[in-house]
Amino acid sequence: MFKLTVYDRETITPLRSLMTNIGSVVAALFVISIVFLLCGVNPVYAIGKIFAGSFGSMYGFKETVTKAIPLILTGAGLTLAFRAKFWNIGAEGQILMGALMGTWVGLTWGSVLPSFLLIPLMFVAGFLGGALLGLIPAILKIKFSINEVISTLMLNYICAELITMLIVGPWKGNTRFGFPGTNNLSEAALLSVIPGSRIHYGTLMLAIVAVVILSIIVYRTRFGYEVRVIGENSEAGKYAGIDFFRTTLVIMVISGGLAGIAGIGELAGIHHYLGYPASISSGYGFTAIIVAWLAKLNPMYVLVSALFFAGILVGGDAIQISLGLPGATVQIVNGILLVFLIMGDYFLKHRVVVGFSNREHLTK
Amino acid sequence: MRKIETLEMVNISKSFQGKFANQGINLKINSGEILGLLGENGAGKTTLMNILYGLYQPDSGEIKINGKNVRITSPIDSIQQGIGMVHQHFMLIQNHSVIENIALGYYKTPFFFPKIRIHEKVVEFSRKFSFAIEPYKKVWQLSAGEQQRVEIIKALLNGADLLILDEPTSVLTPQEIKELFRILNDMKNEGHMIILISHKLDEIMDICDRVTVLQKGKIAGHADTAGMDKKSLARMMIGRDVLFNVNREPLPKGEQVLKVSNLHVLGDKGISAVKDVSFDVFANEIFGIAGVAGNGQKELAEAITGIRPVRSGTVFAGLKNITNMSPRKIYDHGVSHVPEERIKFGIAPGLFLYDNAILKQHHLKKFSRKMFLEYGRIKNHTRDLVDSYNVAAHSIEVQIRNLSGGNIQKLILGREISEKPSLLVASHPTYGLDVGATEYLREQLLKRRREGGAVLLFSEDLDEIFELCDRIAVMFQGEFTGILDSSDSEKLSDIGLMMAGSVRY
Ligand SMILES: Nc1ncnc2c1ncn2[C@@H]1O[C@H](COP(=O)(O)OP(=O)(O)OP(=O)(O)O)[C@@H](O)[C@H]1O
Ligand SMILES: [Mg+2]
Repeated sequence: MFKLTVYDRETITPLRSLMTNIGSVVAALFVISIVFLLCGVNPVYAIGKIFAGSFGSMYGFKETVTKAIPLILTGAGLTLAFRAKFWNIGAEGQILMGALMGTWVGLTWGSVLPSFLLIPLMFVAGFLGGALLGLIPAILKIKFSINEVISTLMLNYICAELITMLIVGPWKGNTRFGFPGTNNLSEAALLSVIPGSRIHYGTLMLAIVAVVILSIIVYRTRFGYEVRVIGENSEAGKYAGIDFFRTTLVIMVISGGLAGIAGIGELAGIHHYLGYPASISSGYGFTAIIVAWLAKLNPMYVLVSALFFAGILVGGDAIQISLGLPGATVQIVNGILLVFLIMGDYFLKHRVVVGFSNREHLTK
Repeated sequence: MRKIETLEMVNISKSFQGKFANQGINLKINSGEILGLLGENGAGKTTLMNILYGLYQPDSGEIKINGKNVRITSPIDSIQQGIGMVHQHFMLIQNHSVIENIALGYYKTPFFFPKIRIHEKVVEFSRKFSFAIEPYKKVWQLSAGEQQRVEIIKALLNGADLLILDEPTSVLTPQEIKELFRILNDMKNEGHMIILISHKLDEIMDICDRVTVLQKGKIAGHADTAGMDKKSLARMMIGRDVLFNVNREPLPKGEQVLKVSNLHVLGDKGISAVKDVSFDVFANEIFGIAGVAGNGQKELAEAITGIRPVRSGTVFAGLKNITNMSPRKIYDHGVSHVPEERIKFGIAPGLFLYDNAILKQHHLKKFSRKMFLEYGRIKNHTRDLVDSYNVAAHSIEVQIRNLSGGNIQKLILGREISEKPSLLVASHPTYGLDVGATEYLREQLLKRRREGGAVLLFSEDLDEIFELCDRIAVMFQGEFTGILDSSDSEKLSDIGLMMAGSVRY
C-alpha cells in the first residue's frame, strides 16, 4: 500500500510562486479543454474565443471592465475580512443590501434632490446597507460564538428574499407592465458612463481609490497591523491586547460597506431599477471570494484578479452565444480554474511525498 | 540486528536565501552512543537534524549509513532507514488518544481494528523500557513528559535505531528529565544511537558520550565528554568564558509594585487552578515562583496579565486595581509579560521580525502617530533589539518563523524588557537560550531590579531561582506552600518538600 505524506515547504521563492500559478492555469485550461471536447466544441477555438471575447476586442474589453467594477470593490473588501480569518461568504447579500438602500434613497428623493447630492447620498446609503448587514454576523460571532460562514451565507438568502418581496409588493413599479421590479430611478439618480460603453466610471474610480486606501490601511495603519496579527495567530492577538470585538466590527463595516457600494454601481450604473436579486448581482459576491484569494489577499492585486475573472465572465457569455453552449459553461470554466489555483497554492506551500510502507524492516 | 551500526554526515551544506545555515559539516555516530549536539542559538543544529530526518534537502554533502551512501528525501526515507526524530514542538493531535496518535504515525497500522493491534505493540514497548503510559488517555490530558514518551514510542515502533531529540528537556520537570535519561540510557545499552540537542551543559555532561559543537553553521569541534567540563564546553561553543554565577547585590526594598490578594483562577478544564493566592512584589526585587510545572503557575501569570479571567480576589499594580482589565490596559499600567508558550502565543509567525518586535507595543505613541504606524522608528527599534539581544537573523525583514527557536525567544524577551516595565512577569525566561544568551538575560533581569523595576519570575530551574530571586514562593496544586526569603537557607533546604506539598511554611 502506498502512502501520501505532506510536509511544509521550507522556503517559497517568488519565481516558484509565479511558475505555480502559471502551471495551475495551464493545467486548468487542459481540463477545461476536455469539457469542451465533451460538448463537441474545438477547445482551442473555444478558449481562444473566451479571450478574444473578453480582452481581444474593444467591445469585449469594455464589458470586462464593467464587470470588473463590482468584483474589485467586493473582492478588495473581502481581502480584509479573510486576512483576519473572518470568512465572509455574505458579500452577495451585502451587495444586494447596498442596492436596496440605494433604491430606497433613489425612489424617495429622486425627484427632489439634484444629482450631485443624490448620487453621493446613494453611495453612502449603499455603504451603510452593506456595512449593517456585515455587522450582524460579526456581532453574532464575537458575542455568541456563532460560526460566521453559516450566518453570512444565510443572510444572502434573507436579503434576496427581502428584495423579491419588495419588488413584487410595496415597491412594485407601475411602469413595469405587471412584471416585478421597481420603477426606473429618476434621471438624477443614474450614474454616467463612458460613451459607447457601460463603464460607470464614477464607481470605477471609487473602486480604485478603495483599493489604494485599503492597501494603506492593511500595511501602514495600526488597525491593519492588528488585522494581520489576528489572522496570523489569534492567540498572539489576544496576548497583544487587541480588542477582537472592535476590530471585527470595523473589518465587517469595511468589507460589507464596499460590497454595498458595488451594489449601488450595479443599480444606478447598469440596471437603473431594482429587479430580481439574481439580475442585480449575478453571483459577484461569490466570484469576489475567488478574486480575493487569487490576489493572495493583497488589495492591490485585486485589480488584476478582478479583471481576469471579469474577463472570464464576459468571455463565457461570448462563447455561450457564438458556440451555443449552455449558460453553465462559464461557471464550469470558473470553477475548474478556481480548483486548480487552490490546488496550486497547496502544492506551493506543501511538499507531498509518495512512499511505500511494505519495506522489510516493518515486516520483521 | 540493528539497521544502523554507524551513521555519517559528510560535508553537509545548506543555505537559506544565500546565507549558510550549515557549511561543510562532518559528523559521525556509532551504535550504542549518545552524541550531544551543541551550539549557540542559530548555530544550525535544528537545520542539520532536519536534513538528517529528511525534512530539508542539503545543498551538498552525503549521508552514509554503515559506510554506504543513502538518499534521504523525506521523513519516509529516514524512517525506513531507521531514523526517528522527536521535535521540540510535539506533533501530536490533542483531541485524539495516545493509541490513535501512535497509529497515525505508524507505517504498518492495519486497516481493520487498528487500535487493538497497536495496543499490543505499545504495551510491549512500554514494558521493555518500563514507560508509564496510558494508551487510552487523550493527548491533551498528558503532561509534557508523557507526550514526549508518546513521541519516543512512535519513533521506536517504526524501528528507529537512531533517535534524534531536539531540546527534549526544556519542557520537562526535573523528575521527567530523570526518567527520560533513564530511558535513553536503556536504549543506548540496547544498541540504539541517540543525538541530543540541548543548551543545558549539565545534562550534556551527564548523559552524552561525545559532543559535536557547531558555531555559526560550521563545526567548531568534537570532543569526548569524559575529558571536558562545563566551562570548557561553553568556551568551545561561544569562544569565550561564561559566568555561570551572577552577582546579586543587596538593595533596599522599593515601593509596592504588585499586590495579589486571595486570587482564584480557573484552568482550561474549568477546574480551579489557582486557589486563594496572596503575595506582593516590590520595586528592586525579583520575586520567584518555584514549583513543578502544571501547579497553577501558568494560570497565575495569565490572570495577572489579563489573558485569563480572575474568578475572585484582586490584583493591584501599584495603587491601580487591574483585576480583569484588558491585557492592553494592564500593559499600559506597566506590567509586561513573557508568556510560557512563547512560540505559540508570543509571535505572529508569518509577519516580519520588525512587526513582531512591537506586538505588545504597537499602540504606544512612539510607534504610531494617530492611526499610522511609524515604520521608520519601528525598524530602528528592532535593530536595537537585534543588536543588544544578539538575535541572529539575516535581516529584520524576514518572517519571524524562519528564525531559530532560541532567537525567537531572544526577540520576545528583548521586546518585553526593553520598555522598562515596572513589573515584568516572566515564565521560564531562559528556556531554549544558549549559555551566552542565558548569562546576558540574567544580567538584564538584575539590571531591571537595580533600576527600580520588579520581576515576577516563574521557573522550574531551582539554580536560576536561587541565583536571581530575593524572595521565593513555592506553588503546589494552585496554592503557595510558603514564601521564603532567599537568605533563609534553613527553610530553603526544604524547598523540594514544599514543591511536593509535604512541608508548608
Ligand atoms: N526555513 C528557513 N528559512 C530561512 N532561514 C532559516 C530557515 N530555517 C533556519 N534558518 C536560519 O538558519 C540558521 C540556523 O537555524 P537553526 O534553527 O538550525 O538553529 P539552532 O542551532 O537550532 O538554534 P536554536 O538553539 O536557537 O534552536 C538561523 O540563522 C535561521 O535563521
Ligand atoms: Mg533549534
